[in-house]
Amino acid sequence: MKFKIYRYNPDIDTAPYMQDFDLNLESGDAMLLDALMMLRKQDDSLGFRKSCREGVCGSDAMNINGRNGLACITSLSSLKQPVEIRPLPGLPVIRDLIVDMTQFFKQYHSIKPYLVNNDPPPETERLQSPKDRLELDGLYECILCGCCTTSCPSFWWNPDKFVGPAGLLQAYRFIADTRDQDTAARLDNLEDPYRLFRCHTIMNCVDVCPKELNPTEAIGKIKDMMVKRAV
Amino acid sequence: MVNRIVTGAHYGLRDWLVQRVTAVVMAIYSAVVVVFLLLQPEFGYDTWAGLFSGNPMRTFSMLFLLSLFYHAWIGMRDIVMDYIKPASIRLTIHVLVILALVLYVIWSVQILWGL
Repeated sequence: MKFKIYRYNPDIDTAPYMQDFDLNLESGDAMLLDALMMLRKQDDSLGFRKSCREGVCGSDAMNINGRNGLACITSLSSLKQPVEIRPLPGLPVIRDLIVDMTQFFKQYHSIKPYLVNNDPPPETERLQSPKDRLELDGLYECILCGCCTTSCPSFWWNPDKFVGPAGLLQAYRFIADTRDQDTAARLDNLEDPYRLFRCHTIMNCVDVCPKELNPTEAIGKIKDMMVKRAV
Repeated sequence: MVNRIVTGAHYGLRDWLVQRVTAVVMAIYSAVVVVFLLLQPEFGYDTWAGLFSGNPMRTFSMLFLLSLFYHAWIGMRDIVMDYIKPASIRLTIHVLVILALVLYVIWSVQILWGL
């Protein structure tokens, strides 16, 4: 199989370049991450992140043939050759396929991604009805891989101000949680032309999410709640 | 002034809603005009002048144009917010766009009512 991989080591290279790789491999059931690990045996300077290698940790998000995805759950047989692999767009490159996620997590932390409840903790858990719990489906599964946010043009133009689809999905996850008591403050925090309203429903986020979540729908629900409280 | 990233202007919802409402007004107006034109057996200057001779059509047209200008303001502002980074240049462009749109409103009144 043929690969074209983005290479950049700021200590050595003056500019990024694409390196060709050839791997003697029948695609079969193998995933892209398997191929990358074999390529690293050929060239041990090739830098990429990985951990769980089964689509749960979100470490190996990258741009595969122009589309963001997780290498570990992208089947080699589904890819057109030469497979072009680049780092996630819109974030500073540390080395090769490794990007600096600081801005991404800064936005994530800005929406207070934790339950705010000022009541004294009960003896056991804070219970929810099954119906209320159902609201969190499609929200809590996010693994923060960054595929959606880094495919969003609004995030490319304003990464310091726009929360981005992943952060907004998580914002709605806590707005939708009946155990949370900070709803008004959470909506206040997002009522801003940059933080929320940079979303122009481009829907690249929905297109690339490896967990098949729908940030656009969550953003729509945040807007609906704002309308509901304003009129 | 320190160079820090600041957000929290606490607006945006109204503009987002207005953009949707004005889009509906423009869609209805466009449909009405297209249907009217298709229903005409013959089409010429007289039909066109006749359509705009009554006050209801002039008022409806004015509503359409006001919707268009407000819609355009939000759209232009969004483009400027995305691509123009220095706040001073952004503000200048905002002011110029607003002034231009206000002029268009005055001009529209003059055209529709033949002042």
